[in-house]
Parts: sequence; structure tokens; C-alpha cells
Amino acid sequence: MVVWTDEERAAISDIFSKLDYDDVGPKCLSRCLIVYPWTQRYFGAFGNLYNAEAIMNNPLIAKHGTTVLRGLERALKNMDDIKNTYAELSILHSEKLRVDPDNFKLLSDCLTIVIAAKMGTAFTPEYQASFQKFLSVVVSALGRQYH
Amino acid sequence: MSLSAKEKVIVKDFFAKVSSRSDEIGAEALARLIVVYPQTKSYFAHWKDLSPNGGPVRKHGITVMGGVYEAVSKIDDLAGGLLTLSELHAFVLRVDPVNFKILSHCIMVVLSMLFAEEFTPQIHVAVDKFLALVALALAEKYR
Repeated sequence: MVVWTDEERAAISDIFSKLDYDDVGPKCLSRCLIVYPWTQRYFGAFGNLYNAEAIMNNPLIAKHGTTVLRGLERALKNMDDIKNTYAELSILHSEKLRVDPDNFKLLSDCLTIVIAAKMGTAFTPEYQASFQKFLSVVVSALGRQYH
Repeated sequence: MSLSAKEKVIVKDFFAKVSSRSDEIGAEALARLIVVYPQTKSYFAHWKDLSPNGGPVRKHGITVMGGVYEAVSKIDDLAGGLLTLSELHAFVLRVDPVNFKILSHCIMVVLSMLFAEEFTPQIHVAVDKFLALVALALAEKYR
């Protein structure tokens, strides 16, 4: 059972409240595909990924980035039971999408960096700690149904 | 995974651009390391003051960032150029190499925070590779 302190809940809510999903989602996913190019293996049907510019201007990637962030919002709204909230998503990623769970960590590192860029010094060490704890719970829940 | 000639230029240019704030970057990165990854405090048990904004942490962050800049200057031969630092980390400090990765992450979070416009995905990938290669060079003498 994950235990959240009041400070952690407040930090995570505050971070999400400041997010424009249509901006951060695309930035996060495209950054992941550029910084960790092997993650492109899952996006064969997404069109032009030939270089950084193409990835950053790809509308399918942008749309998917927003989808991913909306998925994270589900975890935010169910912070006390992320494990079960994500059971279906975990099966989806394991059985259908066949994503190596290690990639979840790569995407969450990129999200942390994008949010740091957005928030600047407001992204304090304590905020970073709370947010990374949230992401590690999400990552763990997503990897749970793999077998 | 090695740095292309273009990536070396990207890394050198970027670190030159942010050099005026290198102390701030180092101090902030180390502060984050001990707050976000409290297990890293185990290496600093000999300091009286382990507060993130305290003297010892900030001072050491500056030292570490100095090492990063030394690595930038030796970018064409990291293993050779960082030999002494590797021996220090291997025989004296004995820092588990897994911590190099998490410190690199903290450094990049700080770079992103302070230089949001400049730390583009293209620069991010070059810096990420560079820091990974620095970590590898530092671990050279471990065994």
C-alpha cells in the first residue's frame, strides 16, 4: 500500500493543476523518442519519425502524447489505488502493445524534465521527490500484469 | 554508444553557454540528489550538515560540477582524461556506479529548469550520452 503524505498529495496536485496536457504530453513523448530512439520501435504506424524535427512536428505523436498524459490523470484521481486503476492498462501494454516495461521509466524521466522546464525553480527538490514517487508508483502498476 | 563529432560540439557549446551558472547547477543538482534519492546520503554521513541548502552539500555540488567541466575539456578521451578521478571513485570513495546515473538525471533536471529554452531534445540527447560516458569513464578502474 502506497502511503502519501499531505505534502506529497499537495505537490502532485499542484503540478498537475499547472499542466497544459496538449503542450506537455506531446513534448514529453517526442522528447522520449528523440533522447531514447529505440523507443520508436512502438510507433511504426505513426508516420515520419526520421529526425528530431519530424518527430516534434508529427501530429500523431502529439495526439498520443496527450493521450498518455490523460492516462496519468487517472492515476492522479485514484492515487490511493493506482495498482487496480491501471490493471487494464497494464494488460494492454503487456499483451497488445508489448512495450518493454523499462521504457516506462524512460518516458517518466522525460516527463520530469519537461515539467522542470515548465515550472523552473517552482519545481523544488521536494516537488521533484513527490512527483518522481508518483511516477514510480505508476510505472510499477503498469508493469504489474506482465508475465 | 559514443559521441559523434557533432554531438561533441553540441556538448561543448552548451556547457560553455551555461558555464557562468555552473556553481548553481552543481549545488542544486546535489541538493536534489539527496532529497529525491535519500539513500545517497549514506555517502555523506561524515558531514555534520546534510541539509540540501547547507554549506557542505552546496560546496560539494560545486566540486562535482567542476569534475563535469573537466570531463567536457577531455571529451575526446574520457577514459584517459578522467583516470585520476576514476581511481579516486574506485579505491577511495567506492561510490556504487548506479549513483552516477541518478546524479546525471538530477543534473539534467536542473539544466532543464534553469535553461528551459536551450535544453532542447536534441541537446538533451547529446548531454545524456555525454554524462553516461562520463559515468562509464569514472567506473573504469572499479574492477
